[in-house]
Amino acid sequence: METLKEIAASLERGEDDRVHELVEQALAQGAAPGDVLNLGLIAGMNVVGEQFRQREIFLPDVLLAARAMYAGLDLLKPHLAREGVPTAGTVVIGSVKGDLHDIGKNLVGIMLKGAGFEVVDLGNDVPPGRFVDTAVASGASVIGMSALLTTTMPVMKEVVELVRARGLSDRVRIIVGGAPLSEAFAREIGADAYAFDAASAVDRVRALVAAR
Amino acid sequence: MKWRIDWTVEASVPPRAAVLRAQGLPEDPDLPPRLGALVDDAFRVYRRLAEPRAIVGLVDHDEFAAVYEGEGQNDRATPLAVVFPKADALALFAATVGGALTEAIGDLFAQQEPALGYVLDAVASEAADALAYAAAADCLARLTGAGRLGPETRVLPYSPGYCGWHVSGQRALFAALRPEQIGITLNDSCLMQPLKSVSGVIVAGPAAVHQFDQEFPCCGPCGTRHCQDRMVSVLEG
Repeated sequence: METLKEIAASLERGEDDRVHELVEQALAQGAAPGDVLNLGLIAGMNVVGEQFRQREIFLPDVLLAARAMYAGLDLLKPHLAREGVPTAGTVVIGSVKGDLHDIGKNLVGIMLKGAGFEVVDLGNDVPPGRFVDTAVASGASVIGMSALLTTTMPVMKEVVELVRARGLSDRVRIIVGGAPLSEAFAREIGADAYAFDAASAVDRVRALVAAR
Repeated sequence: MKWRIDWTVEASVPPRAAVLRAQGLPEDPDLPPRLGALVDDAFRVYRRLAEPRAIVGLVDHDEFAAVYEGEGQNDRATPLAVVFPKADALALFAATVGGALTEAIGDLFAQQEPALGYVLDAVASEAADALAYAAAADCLARLTGAGRLGPETRVLPYSPGYCGWHVSGQRALFAALRPEQIGITLNDSCLMQPLKSVSGVIVAGPAAVHQFDQEFPCCGPCGTRHCQDRMVSVLEG
């Protein structure tokens, strides 16, 4: 359907009003909500994500595209819910207790939504128990934690241990990220994955979900 | 001696080129127009909400040695441990662009305006970092004006959390300076609020005081090497 291609193209250009209009038009023309999501919005975000990985565009370009995606997604969500269209998975994200930095975490959330994931964003200063309780309540398969301070990094280990203690390790995978972190630190605390930046976080989460 | 600095908003606005450079964006006129408009919007919001201020307090070498020791978690060798004993004057400082900007950034992300939120965050971060240098310049002007320092004196700010000075050092710094007086507080993780704040020590002395070889334990994993530019800046005056 031509309209779906137009949605993707408009999203790539960050044209939020146009995306909203085209999603409305596609639904009126009888397009399946799942197709509008996958062949329109997510297809557009995939192109944008790839352009960003190839350094053809800048992060603010990605965020303008994300705004356009939201414009379409807000309209589409009730239709997706009505038709029971599955998401790519649910991910609970947050900055750990004591840490109020959340730009990096916000970027990860935006990228994950763009890839079709349902994101439960707990914000910042999130205590360990809240990550785990929310993952259970929302049926999330991944918890994503962010920390920007060496003093707050140890909280991540508490969450890993809590997931283990509650016997959820098979159901809930853990990914960590943030400026002072490393792959080695992630391994050391028993996390399932480490993401260097928001773009790689999407790839890592996809892999975690696929491996379940 | 302790004093408060209230800058005009305009004095705290960071150079546009510095913000673009820090974000890896091309400078004008190569900046794509839609990104240029976004940066313009971010500067507009910054001008509307910024409340730049600082508190500065002179300390002697022994007082600073105690602050620097903090909770004993610093690297065993650091540039600052080599630099500060040779200083002619030392001053603790804390500066902020205010809390309204942090709130606005959070609101923009919540309102699905992530691009503007992100660029505003970059502008506010750049401005907060620049306030450390502005506070150092203010300190230098006061001390040279009072005849306590000579014209060859150069100043640089050094902050906990960088170059081997452990971030837990914030607690001793806050206990000595009391930045709460200008609305900056510290949480249990040694994180300042408002988020766009900067603190540390201003080291004053001849340019040679600020020079060191980058052979400290913290230099190996350092990805920025900003100290190189800082050393050059004091040599150039």
